[in-house]
Amino acid sequence: MVPTSKLSQIGLAMAAALSAALPLVASPYHIELGSTALIAAMLALSLQLLVGCTGLVSLGHGAFYGLAAYVVYLISPADVGLSIAITLPAAIAASGIAALLIGSLSLRAKGFFFLMVTLAFGQMVFFIFHDTKIGGGTDGAYLTRPILGLFGFDLPLTRKQRPMAIYYVNLIQLVAMYLGLAWLLRSLFGQVLTGIRVNEHRMQALGFNTYRYKLAAFVIAGMLAGVAGHGWALHRAFVNPELVGWHRSAEALLMILMGGLGSLAGPIVGAIAYTGLGEVAQLLTERKLLVEGAVILAVVLLLPKGIMGFKLPEFMKLGKPDGSNAPAEIEEAHTQPGQGQPVPND
Amino acid sequence: MPSKTTIALSRRKIMKGAAATGLATAVPTGWAIAQAKPLKVGLMLPYSGTFAKLGENITIAVEMLIAEKGGKLGGREVQLIKLDDESKPENAPQNADRLVKRDQVDVLIGTVHSGVQMGIHKVVKESGTLTIVPNAGNGAVTGELCARNVYRTSFSNWQPAHGMGLVLGKRGIKKAAWITWDYAAGQESGQGFKEGLEKHGGQLVQMLTLKFPETNFQPLLAQIAGLGVDVVGSFFAGGAAVQFVKEYAAAGIKVPLCGSGFLTEGTLAAQGAAAEGIETALHYGDGIDNPKNAAFRKAFKDKAQRDADVYAVQGYDAAQLLSIGLDAVKGNMEDEKGLHAALEGAKIDSPRGPVAMSKEHNIVQNIYLRKVTNGENKVMGVAAAQLADPGKGCKMA
Amino acid sequence: MFGATERNAGVCLVCSRLGCGCSELPELNMDLSILLAQLLNGVQYGLLLFLIASGLTLIFGVMGVINLAHGSLFMIGAYTAYLVAKTTGSLWFALPAGIIGGLLLGTILERGLFQRFYRREHLDQVLLTFALILLAEEARSAIAGNDFQSVPIPPILDFSVPVTNGFSYSAYRFAVIGSCLLLAAGLYLWIERTKFGAMIRAAAEKPEMVDILGLDARRIHTTVFAVGTALALTAGVLAAPLYSVYPNMGDGFLIISFVVVVIGGLGSVTGAFWAALLIGLVDTLGKAYVPKVSGLAIYVLMAIVLLWRPQGLFGRETR
Repeated sequence: MVPTSKLSQIGLAMAAALSAALPLVASPYHIELGSTALIAAMLALSLQLLVGCTGLVSLGHGAFYGLAAYVVYLISPADVGLSIAITLPAAIAASGIAALLIGSLSLRAKGFFFLMVTLAFGQMVFFIFHDTKIGGGTDGAYLTRPILGLFGFDLPLTRKQRPMAIYYVNLIQLVAMYLGLAWLLRSLFGQVLTGIRVNEHRMQALGFNTYRYKLAAFVIAGMLAGVAGHGWALHRAFVNPELVGWHRSAEALLMILMGGLGSLAGPIVGAIAYTGLGEVAQLLTERKLLVEGAVILAVVLLLPKGIMGFKLPEFMKLGKPDGSNAPAEIEEAHTQPGQGQPVPND
Repeated sequence: MPSKTTIALSRRKIMKGAAATGLATAVPTGWAIAQAKPLKVGLMLPYSGTFAKLGENITIAVEMLIAEKGGKLGGREVQLIKLDDESKPENAPQNADRLVKRDQVDVLIGTVHSGVQMGIHKVVKESGTLTIVPNAGNGAVTGELCARNVYRTSFSNWQPAHGMGLVLGKRGIKKAAWITWDYAAGQESGQGFKEGLEKHGGQLVQMLTLKFPETNFQPLLAQIAGLGVDVVGSFFAGGAAVQFVKEYAAAGIKVPLCGSGFLTEGTLAAQGAAAEGIETALHYGDGIDNPKNAAFRKAFKDKAQRDADVYAVQGYDAAQLLSIGLDAVKGNMEDEKGLHAALEGAKIDSPRGPVAMSKEHNIVQNIYLRKVTNGENKVMGVAAAQLADPGKGCKMA
Repeated sequence: MFGATERNAGVCLVCSRLGCGCSELPELNMDLSILLAQLLNGVQYGLLLFLIASGLTLIFGVMGVINLAHGSLFMIGAYTAYLVAKTTGSLWFALPAGIIGGLLLGTILERGLFQRFYRREHLDQVLLTFALILLAEEARSAIAGNDFQSVPIPPILDFSVPVTNGFSYSAYRFAVIGSCLLLAAGLYLWIERTKFGAMIRAAAEKPEMVDILGLDARRIHTTVFAVGTALALTAGVLAAPLYSVYPNMGDGFLIISFVVVVIGGLGSVTGAFWAALLIGLVDTLGKAYVPKVSGLAIYVLMAIVLLWRPQGLFGRETR
């Protein structure tokens, strides 16, 4: 999951530095496109904690993302925005609480059933915003942008400067999220999650209460999705029910798959590739779906381990605890990717 | 079809260059040079998915008008930049950005889906880009969210249904029901219908709704007989309207069906005999007898090899409105005051008859009563003359 | 089409004269007959869902493939009906076209594409089938255009049967109910009563059994995939006159079919049958009697079922 070699670490640092330099050369449009990609990357990265790290495939992840954006809408007054110091914690808290509720129920189901239960809960949240007037109904609503600032000192930003500031806020959040998750995965907690992905029964036999670990991962992932959703609210100042719907979750999953399941960098690469693909396909042709479909098909046929798997295959090995590579491969061919379902007689 | 090219020089650079030249020669003024630059018109419409046909018809009609004007509006060459919005609201701000910020269009024409319109509206409210709505009928865009730079040449959801309600109310209908999707357009059309009925003492007994865009109508149809209403009004469009009308007929319900005109618009061939006799109200219809309409329908058929529909008319009028505005300022979009004065005061000779702009920038138009006769939406009369949307909550800056 | 012309003879003008026919029956009877009509609706909808879900559950059960493109197969079936009806003028040819076309398409897809993915992770299959959805939509757009199109009901069935006072039921819908029941019975006999069916059941229950018993896995896989595809196309053909054909029409059916499959238990055709009926009825009655929460109803139901029986109603404890 986490690159351990000096080389890959330097590579990642350089990628972050390059991203930080982007606004100096890019047009206003491309800065905003960059923000869109960064937010998508945060969403995909938060989902990776479940999918790639713990082996829990959720289709309800969009609910926490959208909920956070709606919370910003609900708590912001109509005229003057609140400080980001209020909106961000509120969004994270709301997503975390929702994830705790949904996760504690959904995690009773396993594998494909877990996927469907999370879908069900995600759709329930969707219908709450779609069918009631809480958040402006089907067409969505506009919100007052949170103010960028800390401890009462607001950044004095003109309208022109704002997109760049938002870009940097999102970039900082993404980097922090990456570093935080990298740290988390190296801790005992992360090792247990990896163990659950590879073989949940073995972890239980070792005396770990895997349900609690999975729930903790689910809540953390939900809170991080909340950060992404808050980023969207900040970026677009516009909420609509589609932010919550399962399509959003599926899209995040797609980004992870394109980037690669085996590394934390995978979802980020996937999100940027997916956003870029949409942009290029739209420029090239009026048959956008054809290009997108063909590229995804090519990725799945030619790059079985995603874009990252192609470039840096060692990531896959580094992510797994020593000695467990071979059995994990066999199991994963038969069950959900690391759903943690035991092979009989194991 | 003009391809999507990005002009390397930004507007500011050109303006600067123009100013320098102006100083040197003192002949061409700034805008005269700007005028030489093509006018970029962004078309953000659905070219794939459920509403693709609507997007195509609007586009064809816009191209038609531009061709009629010799490829120029207000003396400037027009460059069309098309963008498929896929009717996806979550991508709408990004897509609008593509036109407004990347391609830096002077004008944006779009769109069909009202959720997507909300995304466009957010972007253009901030950027100030002149925007003309060729379909989406959500009241908010020319209501509480109205903006100085946003105009609508189509309708508000409230308008056609209100016309239908008025007609029924005048006939002395006391009780009616309204069937629609449970989403903004459905609710707003229901509201228009209700207010129309109530003006003449009628009453909307019940609003039957189902989730957008589901088409499992049977559970709703089975309830109608028990409601004891004199008439059922409805708002559906496209494929769902086809199915709804057919199922209504097949269910053998004795209560007559009527509705907002989209119920039978562009769908009659598919609905067949099931639609015969249904009355609807809309801002367009077959057999509107004016030379403009005749010419428009012929030209559209020549270009597209199919009949024009209401969406084509809306797109055509979007381009007509733009043309009026640009003519007034001779292509100089910088003259915002003159431009908006011309747009607000525009009197358009539309294929649907004379139309104008309300102070909230929604179209003021006749709502016609139509009746399906031999597979045509035959116009029976005017349901409401020069009807304006109430435009509630609009505070134009 | 007498239903149509008769009803519309009066139109809105004279509706007050026509609209009072309902007061002849007492209130209670009215409610009961409406309930009857709603039950009929629920059953018809549920049976159609079964046709889609049965293929989905079989393919998942035997090959372990999550086929997101199953909704696109349904869409292809519906467009087949539309194109056949348009070119030949009769819907009757569409049914064999759908079935044979489905078997062929299923074989091609399985041999050409899916076969390579049995050993791959489920998520790769998700990616693959997602790409197929996009490509199918583009193909649909290129071949049949983006317009919504109506498919005529065969003239023989184009009449309505009065079920309640003031509400008739289309004969075609009865025909759909009948066809679905026939297909369901055939499927049941094939799987439960034939030797090949026994092999499929063995494969669905314990994939490793196939190798142990020396069964021809390739043949089983291709057959199951072809039959599943044919069922989806057939559902599309039958549904076309009811729902019209339009872009992305498979989307809504796909998700709800997955709900059916999960509630019924993965791989269980019997489970899919009862779950489809359950979902059809809950959805229909929900819409009729508690419209405000009807969107939620099926998802709440699925959540409850899965929390109570995590393997689905007819699923086995571990898979």
